[in-house]
Formats: sequence, structure tokens, C-alpha cells
Amino acid sequence: MVEDSNPRDLGPRHGRNVSPEFLADRAMFVRTETVRLARIAGAGHYSSTFSAAELFAALYYAHLRINPAEPKWPDRDRFVLSKGHAAIGLYPVLADLGFFDPKLLDQYTRFGSPFGDHPDMKKVLGIDFSSGSLGHGLSVGVGMALAARVQQRGNRVYCMLGDGELAEGQIWEAAMSAAHFRLASLVAIVDRNGLCIDGHTEEVMGIEPLQDRFAGFGWQVSRIDGHDFGQILSTLDNLAPPGRGKPQVIIADTVKGRGVAMMEGVLNWHVGNLESADYDAVMAELGAGLKPAVWEHPT
Amino acid sequence: MSVKSSDPTSQDQSDLFTGDGASHKPKQSVQGTPAKAMPAFILGEELADLADHDSRIVVVTADLASANRTVDFRARHPDRFFDFGIAEKNMVTAAAGMAACGHIPFAATFASFLGILCAEQIRTDCAYPNLPVRLVAHHSGISMGFYGTSHHALEDLAMMRTIAGLTVVCAADANALRSILRASLNHPGSIYIRLGRGRDPVVYDAPPADFAFGKAIRLRDGADLTIIATGAEVYPALTASEKLLAQGVTARVIDMHTISPLDKAEIRAAAAETGAILTVEEHNITGGLGSAVAEVLVECDRIPFARHGVPDEFAPIGPPAALYAHYRLDSDGIASRAMELLRRA
Repeated sequence: MVEDSNPRDLGPRHGRNVSPEFLADRAMFVRTETVRLARIAGAGHYSSTFSAAELFAALYYAHLRINPAEPKWPDRDRFVLSKGHAAIGLYPVLADLGFFDPKLLDQYTRFGSPFGDHPDMKKVLGIDFSSGSLGHGLSVGVGMALAARVQQRGNRVYCMLGDGELAEGQIWEAAMSAAHFRLASLVAIVDRNGLCIDGHTEEVMGIEPLQDRFAGFGWQVSRIDGHDFGQILSTLDNLAPPGRGKPQVIIADTVKGRGVAMMEGVLNWHVGNLESADYDAVMAELGAGLKPAVWEHPT
Repeated sequence: MSVKSSDPTSQDQSDLFTGDGASHKPKQSVQGTPAKAMPAFILGEELADLADHDSRIVVVTADLASANRTVDFRARHPDRFFDFGIAEKNMVTAAAGMAACGHIPFAATFASFLGILCAEQIRTDCAYPNLPVRLVAHHSGISMGFYGTSHHALEDLAMMRTIAGLTVVCAADANALRSILRASLNHPGSIYIRLGRGRDPVVYDAPPADFAFGKAIRLRDGADLTIIATGAEVYPALTASEKLLAQGVTARVIDMHTISPLDKAEIRAAAAETGAILTVEEHNITGGLGSAVAEVLVECDRIPFARHGVPDEFAPIGPPAALYAHYRLDSDGIASRAMELLRRA
């Protein structure tokens, strides 16, 4: 948990002394909360949230410079969830950190709730930008990084992209402009879980070779195992300082549906609804902790 | 008032892409005589003046800094100007990102590539989060003449005015634009600002002091009908009213600068007091100013009413003057259209 009372003294970005066990527990919390909230809604984006669970946990509990006591702190790091359909896993993290009362989530997606399947920055504290229409988030990040430059702030802007949305042309407009404007403060994180709705990305609309493509657009590229806290944290810790330089992208290879064996790499679980017997079984499976992945996408 | 010499339909387009118009030296015509001075495109200078006193202002464009004179802003505030190249969607969404961090971004490009190409970015990234992005859509309607339908914007008002919370406003001339830009600094939410060529003939001798979004300006009073015009059609509507006067017809002329939210009270007053209404716009008559006014009138007592604009078709190729004449959107056309309406009454 973030304990700092003075947001300007948050210390180094990687300075939260959280243990790997704690982060693993929070990643599992992302998954169990996703399952719980999806049942309230009667539908949810399980698998593309599960693939991002370790990334959410590492960013929010160990890395981002934010302060829930001052959610609009101008010098905070920004986080743009371009793959807005994973908001179901982000809301519980924000509640857990103290941005709002966790009890509010009990009305997730119910009439008049601030919490929809896609996040609304006007309704949810801690959400830095509304999202849901894929392909827009990286442009938002470009604008936020330019604002940081104009205002001479030292914050970074993190943008989590789905791999399927990389087929959107606006992503590459944004990628080009980020390199042109030398926005080293912009960090893109690609949740490379391998699947979009109609199938494997390489069958539906190929995006590989992804490293070469980003590098060709002038980005600094890292490629990591997106479920390995050691790799996630060391990559985040070793980002180039914000300022003028290459924008940075972390391609995080992940498993869609990670953590629930029957969902791993299975297309039908992009949006789904667990019936009660399955619900109990999935909760029990998640409660037992992460097992080795049963499926890995070929990249 | 000399109509022909300053009617927008008579202007050439030679300055379109260089932006090198009357704000600098007069250009030489082919014959070597000084070309007629055109009004200056004040967008960049006015924004630079405002930015001197307001650190929130930033300006972005998409490879049209000369055409829209945002180069004048760049010269004075280079650290607050960003050219996104020919990537309008990225520009609009990035402007929204800047607005989310406390800025008031002005994003300027052709209306066809702003209101039409970027409709979803305007709706989802600017209006839905209620961010103070100012979308400056210049070269509206058919003002780009022979550049063709790709560069015309005859649908943008219809698209923009259905977006919840988005203020949609049209500038009749440079001074109207000044008032709009100044007022925009203290106005919540996103604003779509539609301009003609940016060098439109003078309607206002000074920036209208009492300008307010959503409050129409009554430019001339009359008893026989009301001409409600917007943007680049305000000037020819005014000159048309002079021609009508010569025929014994007095026309009230209203600059309905704000299309959304619409000044319904002014429309109802015009209906009750003058008994006939003609709307004039360089826009498809489906969905634009005329449709917006009709939505008000249909709930009032029935009066003679006509929408004057571009019919539901793509415009032919031709110089702007020829296109405005073809669609009777010049002063002669507006005056004759008004007489037709009155004969119907």
C-alpha cells in the first residue's frame, strides 16, 4: 500500500518495499475481484484482464508515482488503460489503494453506477482517461506527455495497450508522433496475450514482428514475460529517465485467461459469464495460487 | 455597401495553402498590379495574444500551419505549438490528453478533416470526458471550391450538433472569431468552431462585445421576414437584406453563430414578430442550421419557412464563386430565395 503522506516525497519509482509474495497476492486479487464483479454484471472481460493482472499489480503497488490521498496531484504519473475492457480488474486495485470506497464496487455496472465495463474518468477517481474505443489510448498518452513537457513536470505517462488494438491505424500515428516529439516520458505496455476476439492476432491481423515495428518507429523496445514480477519490475526500474529521448515500449508476453486453466488461450472467454458451479470452482482454483500456464501463444 | 467586390463568392483561392494573404504584403496579380487586399486570417495572432496572458493555451495543427496561420502562434510561443503532420485523429486525441492535464488546446485543420474525419475522436475523447478542447474547423462548406468533395464539409454541423455537450459555433468573420476565441477560455466542455476561409468579408467592425455562446446576434431588424444565417453566409445574408429593401421588403437578419445549444427564444421571437423565416447555411440542408431551426418551429404556430443551403448531393467541381452562385448562396440568390418564400406566404 502507498503510505506516503507527502506526495512530493514518494521516493524512487521502484522504492516501495513490497515483496514478490505481496504482489502475487494482489495479482490474484485482481483476478478474484474480476470474477466477483463479472457475476454482478452477468458478463465480463475475464481473460484479457487475467493476462494483465501481474502488470496491474506491479504498476500500481510497486511502481507508479501516485497518491490516492491526492488523486488529482498534477505531478502524478498518468496511467491510460487503452484496452479499456480490462477496467474490471483495475477498479478493485484503485479501491484497494484508497481512491474510493470498495463497497461502491458492489453496484458494479448496475443502473447509475460509476463503474461500467469501460472506464469513465469523470465518474471514477484514479482513472486518468476514459477509454473503450480501441486505438485511442496511445494518442492520449502523447498529449499527456506533451503536457508534462510544456508544464515542466517530471512525471511519466504509462499506456497499456492490447495487442489486438495494434491493428488500429491511430496507434501508429501516435507511435510516430511520440518518437518525433522525443517523448521519453511515454511508456507503452503491450499486453501481448495473443488473442483478439476472432482468433489469434497473427491469423486475424498480424502484428509481428512487433519489436521490429516499434523499433522502426523510433521506440526503445523491451520484451518480457508479463507474468514474471522479476522481469516486470526490473524493466520498469530500468526505464530511461523522462525527458527528451526515445519513447519506450514494454512488450509483455502474456497468456490470455492466465490463472484459470479452462480459460487459458480459449477464445470464448474474451467475454463470458461463469455459472454458479463454475464460479465456485474458478474461485477455488484462483485461491490455490498460480500454477504453470497450460497454454502459451506462439510468437 | 459594395456587394460584388467583397462577396466571398468572388474571392480566389490562391492563398489557400501558403496562407500568404493580406496579413502580410499584398500579392501581385498576373498583370503586375497589387491584388485586392483580403482580410487577415487572425487565428494565430489572436491565440498568441491570448496565450501571452494564459498559460493553459496550446495550439496543434496537422500540416496546415501556414494555411490557418497558426504559424503566427508558433513564432511567438514555439514551446506551446505542435504540428502533428497529416494525422488528424492523433492530433485530436492528443489534444484531449493535453486538456486532461490542464491545458486548453486549440486544434486547427480543414473542417472536412476535423468534423468529418475525426468525428469519433471529437465525440469520445473530447466531448464525452467534457474536456476543454477547441476544435477549429476552417474552410467550411464549399469554400474550397474546385478542390472537390474530399475537401468540402457539408455534413459537419449535422454530425457535431448531435454530440451531447459539444458547443458548436460558427464565426461570421475575423472579429466574430476573436470574440469566440476569447469567450472560449471561460467556457466549459469542448467547442467546435467552424470558420469559412478565415479571410471572410467584414460583418463586425469590432469584436461583438456582448458575445455569448448560445445567444444569437440580431444584426438588422425588419418586419416582413427573418433571415437566420450562420458562418460565412451571414455576410451575404446582410447584403441580401439590402437588396430586399430596394424591393420594399424589410428583413430581420440574425447571426445564429451557435448551432448547439441553439437560441430557441430568438427563433420563436422571429417567428412571432416577422411571420416568415429563411435559414441560410453553406451546409447540406439535412441536419444543419435549417434542420435545427425547423425542430424549434415545428413546435410553434405554423409560418412560412424555408431552408436554404446545399441540397442532399455532393457539389460539382468549380471555383468557389461558381459554386456559391450555383447553390444561390450569394446575396442575389438569398434575396431571390427570400422573395420566393414571401410569395408563398
